[in-house]
Amino acid sequence: MSTADLYRTVRLIRRFEERAIEFVRSGEIVGGIHPYVGQEAIAAGVCAALTPDDVITSTHRGHGHVLARGVDPRQLLAELMGRESGLNKGRGGSMHAADFSLGILGANAIVGAAASIATGAAWAHRRQGRDTVAVTFFGDGAMNEGMLLEALNLAALWRVPVIFVCENNGYATTMPVESAVAGSITGRAEAFGIPAYIVDGQDPETVLEATTAAVERARAGEGPTFMECMTYRFDAHHTFEHRARLDYRSADQVAFGRSRDPVVIQGARLPDDERAAVDAEIEAVLDAAAGFALGSAHPDPAEALKYLYAVMP
Amino acid sequence: MPKLSYLKAMNRALADSLDRDQSVFLLGEDIRVAASNLTAGLLTRFGPDRVLDTPLSEQAFTNFATGAALAGMRPVIEFQIPSLLFLVFEQIANQAHKFSLMTGGQCRVPVTYVVTGSGSRTGWAGQHSDHPYTLLAHVGVKTVVPAAPTDAYGLLVSAIRDDDPVVFFAPSAALGVREDVDFTTLAPVPVGVGRVARSGDDVTVVAIGHLVHDALSVADELAGHGISVEVFDPRTVYPLDLDGLAASVAKTRRLVVIDDSNRTSGFAAEILAVAAERFTLDAPPRRVTRPDGAVLPFALALDRAIQPDRDQLVAAINAVLEDR
Ligand SMILES: Cc1ncc(C[n+]2csc(CCOP(=O)(O)OP(=O)(O)O)c2C)c(N)n1
Ligand SMILES: [Mg+2]
Repeated sequence: MSTADLYRTVRLIRRFEERAIEFVRSGEIVGGIHPYVGQEAIAAGVCAALTPDDVITSTHRGHGHVLARGVDPRQLLAELMGRESGLNKGRGGSMHAADFSLGILGANAIVGAAASIATGAAWAHRRQGRDTVAVTFFGDGAMNEGMLLEALNLAALWRVPVIFVCENNGYATTMPVESAVAGSITGRAEAFGIPAYIVDGQDPETVLEATTAAVERARAGEGPTFMECMTYRFDAHHTFEHRARLDYRSADQVAFGRSRDPVVIQGARLPDDERAAVDAEIEAVLDAAAGFALGSAHPDPAEALKYLYAVMP
Repeated sequence: MPKLSYLKAMNRALADSLDRDQSVFLLGEDIRVAASNLTAGLLTRFGPDRVLDTPLSEQAFTNFATGAALAGMRPVIEFQIPSLLFLVFEQIANQAHKFSLMTGGQCRVPVTYVVTGSGSRTGWAGQHSDHPYTLLAHVGVKTVVPAAPTDAYGLLVSAIRDDDPVVFFAPSAALGVREDVDFTTLAPVPVGVGRVARSGDDVTVVAIGHLVHDALSVADELAGHGISVEVFDPRTVYPLDLDGLAASVAKTRRLVVIDDSNRTSGFAAEILAVAAERFTLDAPPRRVTRPDGAVLPFALALDRAIQPDRDQLVAAINAVLEDR
């Protein structure tokens, strides 16, 4: 993946999120979103290391993951607006974006739940003789979910080709990681015999490099790898915070956190004119996405429970 | 004709399913040595890759099964005790069950969850004696509770072939039931279709799981007193066979339900609600259930006191026939 491609991904995610926040404000997106702003390098770097056959699971803060995986921004935006043309036909919304054709086994709104799903999928693929790896994204908060720790154990025990990507943005909603995690995050993975690395989560190239090594290891049959990607959430935990200011991060801390911006870091690696061209291209893509989503039909209430079952007598 | 026990029927259903479809595999605790006897012989026949012993990590391995199902497998999980379903309620009700709708129909989650020995196991006390099939039905997960060996075989095969999650309760009190069957006639039984376990004219008794056998013996007993009892076994708790139930009640116009759930919002409550909405009855219906909020106490007399029994069923039948 080229420098420009990585830049395109982080910039696309950033601008998608900024526009989505506007649509939350204007009421076109109901229920709000968990903005990924500030963490773009992780999704971009990790997904750049994958092949089309690989699979991922995502989180409540998942727009970046699925965009980096190649989801059509038109369909993602339409999904956030609850339209029939959305990725999940308007049945999932912001926290459940899935595109099985791209190996996205769904974003999961239950913190820590997806790691065991990804582990099962990766195990099944290997059983079927496929060469794929699974990546599961989760936050620092998920490190206190027993189910995730159970998944680390299963993955290590059965040498499952799954990569655990912890996005440590310092907070679980308002709970600082140092008040929540005894010991260390990587120490927990290491306790299961899983190689664990602390990675600079603000630099897409660094994340790509670390993930590439983890993918090679998984494909070689050597089992799981754990990456703790250090990052910072530039915006709210959820857009509700834009209305109800919660006092848990100092202005100084936010300013410091924002000082290492993945879009700026990757953008600086491109000549100005090239970067400007990518930026313009992305605005055009997002204009088209907005037009598509706003112009799409709402689902028919008579079909509210369509897709509940694969088969029903 | 050979005798088939309930547990053996389930074992055959697993073996036939493993044999027929390479995507089927089993996972659970102590299943390689077959601690519950459900999986006896399967490790030798199908190998460790398809009979997977798991660590005691119910939440992770239940989601693991969901992940494997999303990747095209058909996992069958055995749970050692019914209350483990409380532990994995999130993974079944909130994960496996919701994937199809939430993704706009992009995927299927064909996982089967088997509880070998649900309800009272006699002497296992509060935390091993629950019968939470209504809970699964309430959230809309397909839920079957077969009474007889042939149905245990047929419904387990169907559950495994089903493209949605299905919970299979094998009541402890039914595991020893035997039937004379020609094994070559064993066949899938469709999910959502009940059966008339005994035909009668005066009253319909709806019974599920092991209680079908109690209902049948009560029916025998009452036949001697000139009361003709029809026993309807829905076999599937959700989705309910409304047509089958309606046909039975249309004939008898009287209804009693015997159900091993707690009373409030239990399976019997649902049947009575359906009756109130749809059926014309000649007498108010009755239900025999566990008490509200029941926790099964240990001492044998107390354990028995909490469970619906034949005397209560006889009393309920007499009550709905009082004005006759
Ligand atoms: C099991 C569970 N508990 C609580 C919540 C509510 N909740 C949603 S996001 C969140 C914080 C998650 O923190 P973290 O894992 O660090 O991810 P981040 O939001 O920082 O990306 C909480 C508590 C939830 N969705 N699931
Ligand atoms: Mg966090």
